[in-house]
Amino acid sequence: MDAIFVFEQLLNGLGYGLMLFLIAAGLTLVFGIMDTMNLAHGSLYMAGAYVAARVHEASGSFAGAVLAAVLVTVAVAALLELLVVRHLYRRDHLVQVLATFGIILIADDAVKAIWGVAPLMASTPAALAGPVQLFEGLPYPAYRLLLIGAGLLVALGLYLLVNNTRVGMLVRAGASNRQMAEFMGVRVGAVFSFVFALGAGLAALAGALMAPISSVQVGMGEAILIPALVVIVIGGIGSVRGAFVAALLVGLVDTAGRAFLPPALRAVLPPSVAADLGPALAGIAMYVLMAAVLTLKPAGLFPARA
Amino acid sequence: MLQMKNLAVALALCGAAAAHAADIKVGIALDISGPFAALGAEARDGFELAIEKLGGKLGGQPAEFLRTDFGGNPEQANQLVARYLQRDKIDFFTGPIGSNAALAVGPALFAAKVPYLSANPGPSAYAGEKCSPYFFAQYQNDTYDEAAGKVANEKGYKNVVLIAPNYPAGKDHLNGFKRLYKGAVKDEIYTKLGQIDYAAEIAQIRAAKPDAVFFFLPGAMGINFVKQFVGGGLKDIPLIAPGFSADEDVIQAVGEPMIGVLNTAHWTHDLQNPANAEFVSAFRKKYDGRYPSVYAAMAYDTLMAMDAAVRDVGGKVADREAVLKALKSPSFSSVRGEFKYGVNNFPVQNYYLREVGKDADGRITNKLVGTTLEQHQDAYVGACKM
Repeated sequence: MDAIFVFEQLLNGLGYGLMLFLIAAGLTLVFGIMDTMNLAHGSLYMAGAYVAARVHEASGSFAGAVLAAVLVTVAVAALLELLVVRHLYRRDHLVQVLATFGIILIADDAVKAIWGVAPLMASTPAALAGPVQLFEGLPYPAYRLLLIGAGLLVALGLYLLVNNTRVGMLVRAGASNRQMAEFMGVRVGAVFSFVFALGAGLAALAGALMAPISSVQVGMGEAILIPALVVIVIGGIGSVRGAFVAALLVGLVDTAGRAFLPPALRAVLPPSVAADLGPALAGIAMYVLMAAVLTLKPAGLFPARA
Repeated sequence: MLQMKNLAVALALCGAAAAHAADIKVGIALDISGPFAALGAEARDGFELAIEKLGGKLGGQPAEFLRTDFGGNPEQANQLVARYLQRDKIDFFTGPIGSNAALAVGPALFAAKVPYLSANPGPSAYAGEKCSPYFFAQYQNDTYDEAAGKVANEKGYKNVVLIAPNYPAGKDHLNGFKRLYKGAVKDEIYTKLGQIDYAAEIAQIRAAKPDAVFFFLPGAMGINFVKQFVGGGLKDIPLIAPGFSADEDVIQAVGEPMIGVLNTAHWTHDLQNPANAEFVSAFRKKYDGRYPSVYAAMAYDTLMAMDAAVRDVGGKVADREAVLKALKSPSFSSVRGEFKYGVNNFPVQNYYLREVGKDADGRITNKLVGTTLEQHQDAYVGACKM
């Protein structure tokens, strides 16, 4: 286990964590401000990936594909908010979970009807398809470097938006005490619509960027939703800063678990036992992290509500 | 009144007799939604083509081909088979893509004495201890991997890294590879089933610096792995896979990075024999130029085998002993070429090495390289007492 191996794994963890952050940021804001559980957030991620893959294939422009994915998904999300989610604000969580779970089923079947059941091929933009020689002995995929760069930029932009603008102030006010914000004259409904669209845009961006390195298929939204939920629980519901720190933690722990646990186990246990135990332990590493954080800080690392 | 009753009985008898003479029923359990949807759709296309070629008949007799999707769910497969057996009284069964569904539906079919011609999976249980005279396989699951192990020997790969999902079939496939592979296994990586990001595993492979990597990652897992493997700058390490991880569905989804992947199968679309040439050209004509996968070829072959068996028994499919005997010594030209069945009704046949490359039109597809195992039999036949 040399330094290059460790460094490469750190980069991998960082990249995965940043993509998780893009998804979790929208989810945590929606949940934090309006106390609304939106399971269909993963479907917006899927929509972004599908639109990007299709537009990229048809037009050949990757930047155009990402833009189209974000715009289309935001439009779909606005419609979704208007028709369904808006009516769920005052209902209890069970109703929200049931309704948004229903949306997942409809979204999956709609995607099947439009694009078919077979996974789509999303190609990496030609200029970024190959590896970049970071230093001697470590060629790293150029595309993953783009992901890390884009993720960091969006995180910075979101930080500035939430902390340094009037809209951000309203968002924070809504997250920390919705009733009080309403009494002070904030139109929380409008803020929420904005946040919902913003969250959808971020999820679509993540979907579009992840499309070339993951498979664009029905059900991809549900698969990413679970780690995203773990992230918002660890970070503290409603906190963007918490989501950022937690996403990086989950990304690093998950990657480290897969990379370092199995070899370490093989060193001390018989191979057949290690082969069974290693992947199982690696798979639960992020849940162990969540349990540990919740034991020490039951409201998450950075709770939005003091 | 009595006359009326007699008439009714006579009519009913006539009806029964007519129905009996008219219909040979084939129950096809389609797998076109759920986890094996892409492969199930390939198989469906193969079935459709065969039915078209046979003119909706089997052995010249009118036949009915029942087609129902069961969504890759063994529980649902069981219900469908119960319906096929009790309501439709089928004479043949085929269809499921997954080994789990094949294992779930077997017992009911064998008890009802309905021949089950598998159009894909050949689970080790049916090849060994639980073998049945009513089950006919296309191949045994591990044999593809055994062939891949031999390929690794022949290429002179001294050490390899193996990667598969952490579930029973994943372990079976890696054990199959190790059965004939003589070099050293540097690392055996088991990943979560359905994993999409392989960056951590690719870093492990980079650190291990093996001569080659053998992967069994069906469907989307394999698509992601190969893309990320090549994107990570590991293109110089050869990839070997059983044919399932490098068939048309995967190749078309991955694209360029697939080029050069070595894989093994008991059939390939450029295999030279008249039956195969006819099948491949008919398939490409019907399905806008795309090449058939091994799933489509096996589905097609399965119906051809039924057709030949019905012809051999002169349409008397109620005589199950005769049908089994006819199935066991196939009198049709298979698209895979020559083969015969072992004691356990699993084929003794050739396995070929294929390499992904480009055809004359620039389409990325598998190309036949050569024969890896000649008239090879599975490892479980000894355990079959039949």
